[in-house]
Amino acid sequence: MKKIIIVCIAALTAITSFGQKVFTKTAEVYFDATSPSSPEKIEGINRSGTCVIDTKNGNMQFVALMKGFAFERALMEEHFNENYVESHKYPKAEFKGDLKNIDKVDFTKDGTYTLKVKGVLSLHGESKELETEAKFIVQNGNIKASTAFSVQLSDFKISIPGLVADKLSKTAKVGINCSLQSLKTNP
Amino acid sequence: MKSLFINSLIVLLGLFTSFTLFAQQEDLMKLLGEEKPEKVRVKYAFKSPRVINGHSIEFLNPGTMDFRILHRFGELNQGYKNFFGLDQASMRMGFDFGILQNLMVGVGRSTYKKELDAYLKYAPIRQSTGPWSSPVTVALVSGITMDGLPWSDPDRKNFFTSRLAYYFQAIIGRKFSEGFSLQVSPTMVHKNLVQLQTDVNNIYAIGVGGRLKLSKRIAFTWDYHHVIIGMPDSGYYHPVSVGFDIETGGHVFQLHFSNATGMNERAFITETTGQFGKGDIRFGFNLSRVFQIGKKKRIKQVE
Repeated sequence: MKKIIIVCIAALTAITSFGQKVFTKTAEVYFDATSPSSPEKIEGINRSGTCVIDTKNGNMQFVALMKGFAFERALMEEHFNENYVESHKYPKAEFKGDLKNIDKVDFTKDGTYTLKVKGVLSLHGESKELETEAKFIVQNGNIKASTAFSVQLSDFKISIPGLVADKLSKTAKVGINCSLQSLKTNP
Repeated sequence: MKSLFINSLIVLLGLFTSFTLFAQQEDLMKLLGEEKPEKVRVKYAFKSPRVINGHSIEFLNPGTMDFRILHRFGELNQGYKNFFGLDQASMRMGFDFGILQNLMVGVGRSTYKKELDAYLKYAPIRQSTGPWSSPVTVALVSGITMDGLPWSDPDRKNFFTSRLAYYFQAIIGRKFSEGFSLQVSPTMVHKNLVQLQTDVNNIYAIGVGGRLKLSKRIAFTWDYHHVIIGMPDSGYYHPVSVGFDIETGGHVFQLHFSNATGMNERAFITETTGQFGKGDIRFGFNLSRVFQIGKKKRIKQVE
């Protein structure tokens, strides 16, 4: 009887260590597409990005709903959704990729790590390879991750009408911040 | 027996573990479970709080002000001598304010009859998706107009209230698809003073307005009000307007053709003298510029 219990506990531990994943539903996604000559800032923020990272093999996914972006001016939000990203047709931006060398990160000890990220970013019905770096900060058991990259609007078939060409930049700078928690999976 | 049991247990556990391994290849997002469906308001049924002449089911965003300049030129069938009506123009200047996502107010002044008008628009029900959603938006409008012309008969005893008229409107509308929105608006106009003894004080009408999007920034719009009760026997017609909404950056241009001159509910519902079929059509435009006057949203990213 004792043996059975021991085997069961061992098996359970094995399963939990296999299912080592961290996640967040409150990632901050910020973008700035202001052209240098623009009199007003064209920037938006989404505070409900969802991210899951498998800390075992580095697989990761990130989703942000387009309608979740807030802007300084309500009219910008309307134009963003209606005219640029067409959020009724393409409701979300998605990234699927890998964190390279994630096994070098010790999530149990304090430290700062920079990892290469490679994957595919999909939005507005288009997909594009994306390569960037992500910074992981482990502190008192909390995991903070951040990254920054640029997105070429034309890669995603987001057209800029001539009227706003002096305001809207052809590339958007994107910054992402999140704090990750471990995900309890029930296999 | 006991060892057989343990052996089979180990085999089962081994299987289990391999299943978990397998599961890692699939969608990580599924691990978070299904998102609960949320009630989400359907936005942007119309580009502007007005279809053309009449109110639409759309509201200004809270904290914004819409400065509207409306122009109605003369009748097209006046021909070249009046440059197809462009030599004459009637206008209304207005300021509309968004207070809540379902409450707005506005004031305006028209050159026609030197009339001042003000209104309040409130939507108790908004079209939405998700649980407990409504398929339509219901908006209620209450407005007042004040005639600013000198008394036509200064000798008789004139009351200030004789200058006033009121209108009450319910708008039921739906954004059927991204490109198509339609609304129906039963309206009642009450005039404190009418011109002739045979005229009635209460005029009832029903309006139908819609939008068909032609491209991302251009839409075809129409707006018709049918006067059911209170139409004078001759000389007055139901107001019809058709036009295009063109959006450029912060402006919305509404270009249209209409048989109505008036630019408030009292004027265009009860005092449209042009006959659409006879070519008493006027070119007109509404120019709208929205300003942010309230508090801006904080969008700075925390470091």
